[in-house]
Amino acid sequence: MAIDWPNELYEQLKAGGVSQFAYVPDAGHQVLIDRSLADPDVHSVALTTEEEGVALLAGAHLGGAKGVLLMQSSGVGNCINFISLMKGGNFPFLTLVSMRGDFGEGNSWQIPMGQATKPVLEAMGVTCLAAQSAQDVAPVVEAAMTMAYQSEMCIAVLLTQRLIGAKSFA
Amino acid sequence: MASKTKAIGGGRSAGKQASGHLERRAAVIALLGDTNDDDLLFVTGLAGSRSDVLEAVGADCKRVYPLSGAMGAATSMALGLALAQPDKRVICVTGDGELLMNVGTLATISILNPPNLSILCVDNEHYGETGFQRSHTGLGVDLARMAEGAGIQAVRTVVDEADFDEAAKLLRSSNGAGFVLLKVGVSDPPGVARNRDAVLNKAWFREAVLGKA
Repeated sequence: MAIDWPNELYEQLKAGGVSQFAYVPDAGHQVLIDRSLADPDVHSVALTTEEEGVALLAGAHLGGAKGVLLMQSSGVGNCINFISLMKGGNFPFLTLVSMRGDFGEGNSWQIPMGQATKPVLEAMGVTCLAAQSAQDVAPVVEAAMTMAYQSEMCIAVLLTQRLIGAKSFA
Repeated sequence: MASKTKAIGGGRSAGKQASGHLERRAAVIALLGDTNDDDLLFVTGLAGSRSDVLEAVGADCKRVYPLSGAMGAATSMALGLALAQPDKRVICVTGDGELLMNVGTLATISILNPPNLSILCVDNEHYGETGFQRSHTGLGVDLARMAEGAGIQAVRTVVDEADFDEAAKLLRSSNGAGFVLLKVGVSDPPGVARNRDAVLNKAWFREAVLGKA
């Protein structure tokens, strides 16, 4: 039986204490976004650009709350300078990145940022953990939450196109 | 407004002019009023707004998180804080240049409309920190109208002392996101010294708010 990893992922984040879900709309994160919108116990924060979400999570931590930034790999490029705040202040930073420009990509416009996502994040000191299959998601996210919220690291979980599938441009 | 055009102060801002005439440091101190309140939290932008707030609240006040970089981050950081601490009032003090860098955050804040968040934008129509180059707001861009356009209901523009009382009340008690645009002259008041270590400031802030670092 197939694992319903997006719904399990939402439950896992919520059980881990995440109360602020920040996002720029994205098909790869649709279940998480819809679940957070329907959940009166959490704040669902629609951003106009991804970097707002980085600073939002720093503010959440100042107030004792946990947040997660949901974005597509193209949004990673919009965040880079604000990661200075997270690194400089040892703020916990957890982002889930739905990959494009990755395994099986058929839209060449997605390739440059998709291929650069991991090296760009690593250049800013963000540790990347990849989930390649439905079975990977829960253990990778569990490790990521511990590293971010307990060790105050900057962690990106890359939800690869092997996991979420490549969008068809046929 | 042109009749009130006046340059204030010397140094880096010498010879620069803006449509506002209020002196920024005194105006921010007046608008923030008595800040000796454990339920009042501040996030500041960098440079001028940082020092304005530190002088108003005291350089060693732990209930303020002052930025010295990540320009454009102050408003969304204040939003995350306001959502996390709904029983406390969060005031974000930023500048025109910084707000322009992430003006979309006004839309993000508007749709959530947190009852405990207000923004004070000190608009001197210049990028003070980089040498007082003219900003867009000196060339016709009105950030208060942009806030209104974003859907923020409580918006005030302050151009005179007569506007202080109403704006000060809005900053403290807007029942929904509040926005005050403070039009000031060009001045370059002294910076207020405070440790810029972002980790130390985080620990101070969390100790003040949460009782733990």
